Amino acid sequence: MIRTRGLTRNFKVKRQIVEAVRGLDLDVEKGELVAFLGPNGAGKSTSLRMLTTLLRPTSGEARIAGHDVLSDAAAVRRRIGYVGQGNGAGPYFRVRDELVTQGRCYGFSAEVSRRRADDLLGTMELEDLANRDAGSLSGGQRRRLDIALGLVHQPDLLFLDEPSSGLDPQNRANLWEHILRLRDLLGTTVFLTTHYLEEADTKAERVVVIDHGRIIADDTAERLKADLAGDHVTVRTDNPARTARIADRIPSTRGVTVDGDAVRMAVPDGAAVLPVLLRALDAATVDVRSAEVQRPTLDDVFLALTGRSLREAEGVPA
Amino acid sequence: MRFATETGIVFAREVRPNLRNPVAILFGMAQPVVFLVLFGSLLSGVPWGGDGAAWQWFVPGMLIMLGLGGTVSAGYMLMTEMTGGSLDRMLVTPVSRSAMLVGRTAKEVVMLVAQSVLIILVVLPFGFELHVVGALVAMLLLAVIGVGLGAFSCALAVVARKQESAFYVVQQTLMFPLLMLSGVLLPLDNAPSWMRALSRVNPLTYVVEAERALFAGQLTGTSVLYGVLSAVGFAVAGVLVGARAMRLTGD
Repeated sequence: MIRTRGLTRNFKVKRQIVEAVRGLDLDVEKGELVAFLGPNGAGKSTSLRMLTTLLRPTSGEARIAGHDVLSDAAAVRRRIGYVGQGNGAGPYFRVRDELVTQGRCYGFSAEVSRRRADDLLGTMELEDLANRDAGSLSGGQRRRLDIALGLVHQPDLLFLDEPSSGLDPQNRANLWEHILRLRDLLGTTVFLTTHYLEEADTKAERVVVIDHGRIIADDTAERLKADLAGDHVTVRTDNPARTARIADRIPSTRGVTVDGDAVRMAVPDGAAVLPVLLRALDAATVDVRSAEVQRPTLDDVFLALTGRSLREAEGVPA
Repeated sequence: MRFATETGIVFAREVRPNLRNPVAILFGMAQPVVFLVLFGSLLSGVPWGGDGAAWQWFVPGMLIMLGLGGTVSAGYMLMTEMTGGSLDRMLVTPVSRSAMLVGRTAKEVVMLVAQSVLIILVVLPFGFELHVVGALVAMLLLAVIGVGLGAFSCALAVVARKQESAFYVVQQTLMFPLLMLSGVLLPLDNAPSWMRALSRVNPLTYVVEAERALFAGQLTGTSVLYGVLSAVGFAVAGVLVGARAMRLTGD
């Protein structure tokens, strides 16, 4: 569905060339749900804008459903839906008018466009706002309208740029319900950017991590976490120094640290290692006060890959 | 024909808010109407004016001024949609870039013609003499120049998209010289030779002169011919430049 080779985009900023996206090689199959994860400025949106024909690549190529984004942009546009970071609806236009216009833009008759618009007003719970100017809607309402606009023509491939930013948890859950239902119904391929770790983790089947314009990891969230970060095991005992020595002797543990009475370590499979550790401690007559296995997050993956946490990389206090 | 359909879709989108709120048509008219009242009253006192003749000379120029003002809104609307994100959404649809430009411009032209009709209706009781055929042709000419002005304004908005303020600076800086040097506000007969030379390279000058001739009921003659040529040339250039600019919008 998506195939890029060496996709690159440079920008000129104050006479300096900034490489926003550097040689992206990406393959996405039909029906996949892929999250593009990375800090702000990593090149996520730039990549998306190239894939959606909004931005011309500096070099490299990208094909969407077999069509080149440069030489066959019109064919690409017919197959994709795009929900950008901005507001899809013009502020001076009425909600329903914009939905109907969108249908007309994709070549539906006025009647079909009106029906689609009304259907979407229903599913996105926007009926009461149908005759309001888009500019008068709240942030969450506008975002729902943006999504509705991207779904009018039921595209084979849906691009979403930070779809849930600015939404409260309930709206975010609603949004995901709609996206997943659409997928079940039509087999839509979904490609989204996000900097919400939890969203990439729980919703996407595949996570592509991007940093400084390059893909640095690409797998399921489960495998990324197991391979790159591992589980965190914490035990609290009456003898932390001895605990640490014993933990170090178990072959699969890494990064054993002591903090007060707590000893922490990373292991690929915490559930299996913990009993081994507890038996060893018991044999050494170390009194265990508590034991805990923590599943890693994608932030741990990012940290393992780059040495920075995603939150640090964005300059946002954790 | 796909281009026509697409242009129609864009036009319908743009015009709908005005149909829903027709009073908005009046807003854009405020400045020309104020000029009309103030200048028009002054002009009736000057020797070459007098009675209806002042209106006959002044009103055609005001319509051109109305056209220039309307283009501010064409570019301004495009600018807000560019920064807000709704233009991106349209750009990802299969609708062609040129249809987006022409549809938008067409809306401004329709507004311009509607406002012009209103202005003419307003001045009729004050001695403005209406030559119906001439006035109709004049409206057509006004529509043609409106296409050019709207398209150039959209092009300017695209070029200035990364520095929004530049759009207003350029538009405002160009607007007044264009008005003065086309003889919209004051005749250039007694202007210094450099001003007259500049006014001869201003395409609007010929359109203003043609508008005056047409509203006076002269359908033939060189001023009408030059005005039509000038307006058509300006419109074609505007659409070509504007369509080129529209292709840059996503970058």
